[in-house]
Amino acid sequence: MTGNLTLALLMGLLYGVGTYLLLQRTLTRVVVGLGLLAHGANLLLLQAGGPPGVAPFVGPEGAGVVVTSFGEGTADPLPQAMVLTAIVISFGVTAFLLALAFRSWVLTGDDEVRDDVEDARVARERPQEQAHTDPEAEL
Amino acid sequence: MLALIAAHGVLAVLAPWLFARLGPRVFLVMALAPAAATAWAASSARDVVAGRPVEQATAWVPGLGLTLDLRLDALGLLMVTLVGGVGTLVLVYCAWYFPGDRQGLGRFAGVLTGFTGAMLGLVLADDLILLYVFWELTSVTSYLLIGHDDEDPESRRAAQQALLVTAFGGLTMLAGFVLLSQAAGTSSLSALLADPPSGGMVPAGLVLVLVGAFTKSAQVPFHPWLPSAMAAPTPVSAYLHAAAMVKAGVYLVARLAPAFAVVPLWRPVVLTVGLATMLVGGWRALRQTDLKRLLAFGTVSQLGFLMVLFGAGTAEAALAGAALLLAHGLFKAALFLSVGVVDHATGTRDMRELSGVGRQLPLVGLAAGSAALSMAGVPLLFGFVSKEAAYEAFLHGSTSDAIVFAGLVAGSVMTAAYSARFVWGAFATKNHLVRNEVHAPSPGLVLPVVLLAGAGLLLGVLPSLADPLVQAYAASYPGPSPEHLALWHGPTAALGWSLVTLALAALLFRSRSAVGRAQRRATRVLSRVDADRSFARVLDAVEVLARRTTAVAQSGSLPVYLGTVLATLVVLPGLALLLTSRVSADLTPWDRPLQPVVGVLIAVAAVAAARARRRFTAVLHLGAVGYGIAVLFVLHGAPDLALTQFLVETLALVIFVFVLRRLPATFVRRPARTSQAVRVGIALAVGAFVTGAVLVSGQARTAAPASQAYLDRSLDEAGGSNVVNVVLVDFRGFDTLGEITVLAVAAMGIASLVLAGRGRGSKVAAGETALTAAGGQATDEPGTSAPEAVR
Repeated sequence: MTGNLTLALLMGLLYGVGTYLLLQRTLTRVVVGLGLLAHGANLLLLQAGGPPGVAPFVGPEGAGVVVTSFGEGTADPLPQAMVLTAIVISFGVTAFLLALAFRSWVLTGDDEVRDDVEDARVARERPQEQAHTDPEAEL
Repeated sequence: MLALIAAHGVLAVLAPWLFARLGPRVFLVMALAPAAATAWAASSARDVVAGRPVEQATAWVPGLGLTLDLRLDALGLLMVTLVGGVGTLVLVYCAWYFPGDRQGLGRFAGVLTGFTGAMLGLVLADDLILLYVFWELTSVTSYLLIGHDDEDPESRRAAQQALLVTAFGGLTMLAGFVLLSQAAGTSSLSALLADPPSGGMVPAGLVLVLVGAFTKSAQVPFHPWLPSAMAAPTPVSAYLHAAAMVKAGVYLVARLAPAFAVVPLWRPVVLTVGLATMLVGGWRALRQTDLKRLLAFGTVSQLGFLMVLFGAGTAEAALAGAALLLAHGLFKAALFLSVGVVDHATGTRDMRELSGVGRQLPLVGLAAGSAALSMAGVPLLFGFVSKEAAYEAFLHGSTSDAIVFAGLVAGSVMTAAYSARFVWGAFATKNHLVRNEVHAPSPGLVLPVVLLAGAGLLLGVLPSLADPLVQAYAASYPGPSPEHLALWHGPTAALGWSLVTLALAALLFRSRSAVGRAQRRATRVLSRVDADRSFARVLDAVEVLARRTTAVAQSGSLPVYLGTVLATLVVLPGLALLLTSRVSADLTPWDRPLQPVVGVLIAVAAVAAARARRRFTAVLHLGAVGYGIAVLFVLHGAPDLALTQFLVETLALVIFVFVLRRLPATFVRRPARTSQAVRVGIALAVGAFVTGAVLVSGQARTAAPASQAYLDRSLDEAGGSNVVNVVLVDFRGFDTLGEITVLAVAAMGIASLVLAGRGRGSKVAAGETALTAAGGQATDEPGTSAPEAVR
């Protein structure tokens, strides 16, 4: 089995840029990053099914297009079905994330992902105040 | 056997229900289960003593090799007699001990019965894993029993301490069991003992198992949980913390010693820990004023004694150990129960407030006195017989035996002295104290004390009654069978040492005020190594460590979390990829000449999307990438995908526009926590990893594609010529149904996110509307378009 260098590089690029955007704080950019990652993943799925070929259509024997096996250069239909599902699902995810961004804007006036307030409080609370409390007194 | 254990479980579950009908007499019903176990053990005694153990094998999880194998041999019989017999008496005692209106008594009865069942299972189990399961069950039930008075902080602390220490030991022991059963190739206990494994893993496994035994039997330095556990109701102390549960560790050592005492590490570890425990326990018992704590430290001391006897690994010592195991169960349970009677009758168990109790409760005083004499090792009582045997076992040996012997004598002197202190403290008439008012205890409280103490006296006079049983256990050791248990062996050296012990103890007791002063002075120095405080410090340190770890690991920043996940992805599988995989030279630059052209366009659009300052620009570039991907689909021979991609991309753009209409035009620039370089670094690494993974995995395919069947069957079976469509709606129809469900859920989520706070009268909605109004112009919502678009 051979590898397609162009597509491999393109997938690496889509994943890389997608990752970069995913690490941002603005929710819109995160959504764009996720979209790029989804495109990369779809390409990866398709690529995993093998080299390109004729579209997988079959017809009755002797009636026009007849494709019956991979030997004749048909593209694998199974990954295509999977990618089709993936496209629709990632669309659903994108729409949902956008709704989240919108909600964030309604509540806070922007679409920034903030640090968790509770976690920040735990991190700030220095342990020394705990260290001196006697467990027996605490209980 | 299994039925007997199960009967305990059934009664335990029924206990609260029965309590509602019977009140405290429910304990008499509960007592039936251990009584039946004792009766069954007695009926099998003849076979077992003759060397024919009772066995029962039941498959549990055959796939994992787990079995419910049970086995009753001499040691098991000894323990079942103790657990069942003392358990029956303690449950009878409970029926009169607790006032009927006490909170949660039904639950208490259930847990105590459940504990009895678990303890029986523990001593009968013939499989290491099964033994472990019962072992932890006793830890958990013990936790519940110690913490029975859940409104008392002291009892909650004691329960937590006991659970932490014994569960730590239990887990360590499990690791040891795994090592041992790996080395032996079986987890069957009897098979393991019949053919002990050897090799480097065995000493390591044994040490781990011993840690478990030491924690359970309150050996130094794990002992503080046992005195703390005296916060439990007195019947629990009498049963769990004297006769039954704390014997589990000793039992395990007794079980393994015949086969493993020859392993070089075994004797030094067990003998050192046992002796240290015996001495520390005795020392601490001498200065307690609470009768229960005095007995608790006495128990610690005696458990150390038992460890030494079973750990020595000789038939003589084992004989003494088995006899002492029985003797200790009888006298210590009797003593604890008598403290309960005194506490019940006078309202205190502090020896500084007790005076003249013995005169008013003569029967209890006599019974407790005889039990204490047994503990001290005075002739005519069973404790004496077992201690004689113990002295005998270490008198005629090497230098190390002599050291152990000296320790045993010192420990026994202290034991006899605190026995005297106990009787004096509980029952004597002290001139400087006011005599206590005593309420007459009911016969149900006195009877178990008398029976237990009487059994000790009976066996003391007629040790030959217990001899066959302990001989049968000692026979499992290699070497000649030891002398029989007897009251009178003639004028031996051991007898001489017994008399010396008693004389020294009498001296120690007489000079108790001087001893007390010396102890107080010594304690000022020794308190720095107090094990109980060390435990508290360790607990503190764990808490501080947990806080610091949480503060570092749980930063609350989404980019940090994602970065960590992605960096792990790159480092772990990435390194594996780099070290183990090769890409062959069999690469094509492209399959279709148009691919690189479209590829470059996509790449440019993707980078532009990342660099865009304005939201709208970024989204348009994302759209361009999507259309480019659709062209790649066409080139690949996937027209359906291309069509879907075009439609979805367009729809997504529409939704983006609806949302972006409300958001600021440009991104806010904010100093980020993770620096730009780190993000770019992670992004580059992920991209490189994916490219490498695609190239390697693309060449790794060995099997033929699975889709040939779809091509063959599409027309005939599904009547469709477009195979991709047939796969979606026919062959994999349920997957598509799942996909539609996901979309429906997403649509509901979007609808609720967008429609929430549109002011339908609820308080929350009103509050959110106010917030919205404050945040910006909030009329004229664009919201509904998103769910509509999905539909």
